[in-house]
Amino acid sequence: MHLSVDIKKNFPGLKLHFDFTLEANRCGILGPSGSGKSTLMNMLAGLLTPESGHIVLDGDTLFDSSRSINLPPEKRRVGVVFQHSHLFPHMNVAKNLFYGRNRQLAGAARIDDAQLISVLQLNSLLERQVTSLSGGEQQRVALGRTILANPRLILLDEPLSGLDEALKYQIIPHLRKVFTEFTIPMLFISHSLEEMRLMTDDLLLMGHGVIDRQEKTEVLARGTVSERGFVNILKLGEAQNIDRLHRRNWGENNLYLVASGETAPGRFQINARDIMLFKQHPEASSARNILNCRVSALRDLEWFVRVEMELGGQRLIAEVVPQSVEELGLAPGVEIVAVVKASAFHRLF
Amino acid sequence: MLSPDDFTAIRLSLEVATTATLLALPAGFAIAALLAFSHIPGKAIIEGIVNLPLVLPPVVVGYLLLLFLGRHGWLGSLLDRFGIQVIFTLKGAIIASSVVGFPLLVRSIRLGLESIDKNCIFAARTLGASWWDTLFTITIPLSFRAILAGMTLMFARSLGEFGATIILAGNIPGVTQTIPLAIYQYTSMPGGDSMALSLCLVSIILSFMVLLVSEAMNRRLIRN
Repeated sequence: MHLSVDIKKNFPGLKLHFDFTLEANRCGILGPSGSGKSTLMNMLAGLLTPESGHIVLDGDTLFDSSRSINLPPEKRRVGVVFQHSHLFPHMNVAKNLFYGRNRQLAGAARIDDAQLISVLQLNSLLERQVTSLSGGEQQRVALGRTILANPRLILLDEPLSGLDEALKYQIIPHLRKVFTEFTIPMLFISHSLEEMRLMTDDLLLMGHGVIDRQEKTEVLARGTVSERGFVNILKLGEAQNIDRLHRRNWGENNLYLVASGETAPGRFQINARDIMLFKQHPEASSARNILNCRVSALRDLEWFVRVEMELGGQRLIAEVVPQSVEELGLAPGVEIVAVVKASAFHRLF
Repeated sequence: MLSPDDFTAIRLSLEVATTATLLALPAGFAIAALLAFSHIPGKAIIEGIVNLPLVLPPVVVGYLLLLFLGRHGWLGSLLDRFGIQVIFTLKGAIIASSVVGFPLLVRSIRLGLESIDKNCIFAARTLGASWWDTLFTITIPLSFRAILAGMTLMFARSLGEFGATIILAGNIPGVTQTIPLAIYQYTSMPGGDSMALSLCLVSIILSFMVLLVSEAMNRRLIRN
């Protein structure tokens, strides 16, 4: 996706001026509440008209005040998934899903209905009334409805913030799967860096009414102080049962995790403060994962030092107190042993 | 018990109420949508003008309409040139009912429109539905119960319209004499009590039927 935006809009007490060019398919807009994220989204979708400027998406001008171009929302092919699902209450699930698709030009459909319905696990819900669905189910229907309308860009306005933690992790895999399988560019709006790390590769960072800068999501996460410690997100392979533990591949490495019911591959998190560092290989340890790493960078965060390490093509971050850095002689290039307990991993999805 | 004139009055009443309600519906919906969705300046003034007939004595409304639509009135003289006469005709009765019942229609539809989740309408637009498409597939279906309630109220109000009608359309048996006007005539006639009472009974039955029908339709809508 190529998106070029330069628009202005004034509200009492807030002047908005968004000026950016974006060349990314999984991008997030991160900013505090009240910074104008939703306003930007509404202007991109055509639900709100900027005072001046232009919006160009993949070479098509959606808005240009100097040429008096302002495509109505239905002509822009920019889909929106709102914070709450906003399903049509007088239609059942199937009618909601196909509302947008039925309004596309014949032959324009790029998405296979059956495939999408199965990816989102909506088969058993099709005849249900939308008012009888749970919050997570409603959000899945809303997502499916938007995708079937065949948009060239989907805007997601905090689609997870209305859901509780457990539901959130049920929805995220669906979201990821849909955007990977159907290769639809998206702009994901949120104020949660954690959601951004799971959903996006690039970020637009928003200040009050302006885009401050653009950054890779992981780069930003590594440099951001987190009160509860940096969270490593690991993509692990399928589990094999070994000595009542689960062994999972992580790139070229093998990790041992406490056995759980689920053996499928998935995303796991480890808090950077749950990783212990040793100068040499401890002869015997109760911890099951003893990993030889090389320090690639150190980042001083006042009370903690963030130690970035590389091992077998992967990256792992630990947080230790400054005294430890001195005693271990940590510096870029130094070989070190990271020790992680089998119980320190938590499955995200 | 009922004279042929009474049957004519009943027919005229139903004709006036039905025509007035159907004629006022598109304008009523448009004004309600304007009041519910737009942010135009002068909204309060439009609202005031629309609601005025609700608080003014119907006789005053009738008299103002007479001044406006009478042969020397601003619009009346214009219509007269095309050979159209409003006062003392069925058209006059319909206009009187429309004006008096209009605020009830608008208020009801407006409440219904305001209760629609605006993001549903936005969602429909981003899914590729044009403004008109959205109107017919989302906005109207979602406010249908309110539209029905407004029409019921207006229909019932029109059935009972007296003050504005008698001034604008007069009380001409067979032409503009609706049930209330006929009752009024009977009560000022010696020995007309029983006739008046029969028409009162008809009036009660009609109103009751309006309520029953609207309730039944409402139930069906909820079930669907």
